[in-house]
Amino acid sequence: MEVPYTVENRPDTGLYNAKVGIWLFLASEVMLFGALFSSYILLRVGALEGHWPTELLNVPIGTVNTMVLILSSVTVVMAWASLKLNDFKKFKMYQLATVICACMFVLIKSYEYRDKLTHHDVVLADGMRVDGHLVEETDEYIILSHPVSYPAVKGIGYRPTAIKEAEHGDDHHHAEDRKIMLADIVKRTTWGPWANTYFAIYFTLTGLHALHVIAGALVIAYYWGPGSKMWKTNPEQFTNRIEVSGLFWHFVDLVWIFLFPILYLL
Amino acid sequence: MSGHGPEEIKKTIRTYLKVLGVLVVGTIATVGASYLHFDSMAMTVGLALLIASVKAGFVALYFMHLIDEQKIIYKLLGLTTFFFLGLMVLIIWASGDKPMNTVMP
Repeated sequence: MEVPYTVENRPDTGLYNAKVGIWLFLASEVMLFGALFSSYILLRVGALEGHWPTELLNVPIGTVNTMVLILSSVTVVMAWASLKLNDFKKFKMYQLATVICACMFVLIKSYEYRDKLTHHDVVLADGMRVDGHLVEETDEYIILSHPVSYPAVKGIGYRPTAIKEAEHGDDHHHAEDRKIMLADIVKRTTWGPWANTYFAIYFTLTGLHALHVIAGALVIAYYWGPGSKMWKTNPEQFTNRIEVSGLFWHFVDLVWIFLFPILYLL
Repeated sequence: MSGHGPEEIKKTIRTYLKVLGVLVVGTIATVGASYLHFDSMAMTVGLALLIASVKAGFVALYFMHLIDEQKIIYKLLGLTTFFFLGLMVLIIWASGDKPMNTVMP
């Protein structure tokens, strides 16, 4: 059985079927991310004054990642335009550039994740709280780099205002690496999704987005590699497939355009 | 996108490069705006979302070709916008139900 309207437009919609299909899919994706965005808003608005973590993410790295994704959005649309101009070599070049951008994005994101997952938050028996990056761990002690210490408050987890005060204080600002005996530790956690509400929504939103980036990159890589054979047998359908995969990629870019200011800058 | 002639595609490519410029400037503006400290949180959020919306608009209109698309896509997106806004409004509305005086532990 042949799939209808893969190239020619359907009379009632004026579009080939795959295009209507991808737009319907993107509409469902808007609702998926919309639900998570609204969850973020609810958590953010509901947080007590001074308790919502800010400035924990690296803005220059986030900006670079934004630029990478914007660039990939241009290369993906240029790949489609190259096919329209019958320039297959340029298509291959732009398609490869998109895949490289996607890999860069995922690598940078992985670096950010690693940075957070090695950041330890420790509550000590003397009532102080220390956070910093884990440098060394033995059976007896851990060593944290760039530690920031501030008084722990029972019942309250992460306190950005207390950290800010500690960072501006002469005694605590980025002191030497700190050795902490395991016997002195009451509670220890890392800045993963389990750390607090902020990191839970941060990892959920960026993790889901990263999965979309990986999925989109796999499709684009397929049409750059083995899937590109179709250009010889059915160039119009191939061009349409590139347009459809491009639409998905632009959506991924759109989501990041909103995620970046919300998570990194506010 | 309705017209796909070579001349039109070449013209569109120039537009893509202009949009790239707008997106880069928009990103720099977003980061720059975050260093402006407004008294109201709503103002800060509003400005960040305004710049993001302008950037998203350019991507949707030019890269996704929404500036020149069939009616069925506009209808579909109109319906999506309705439900998306409904979702947001209901959530914000519901956030007003929380206790006004939260007791600090």
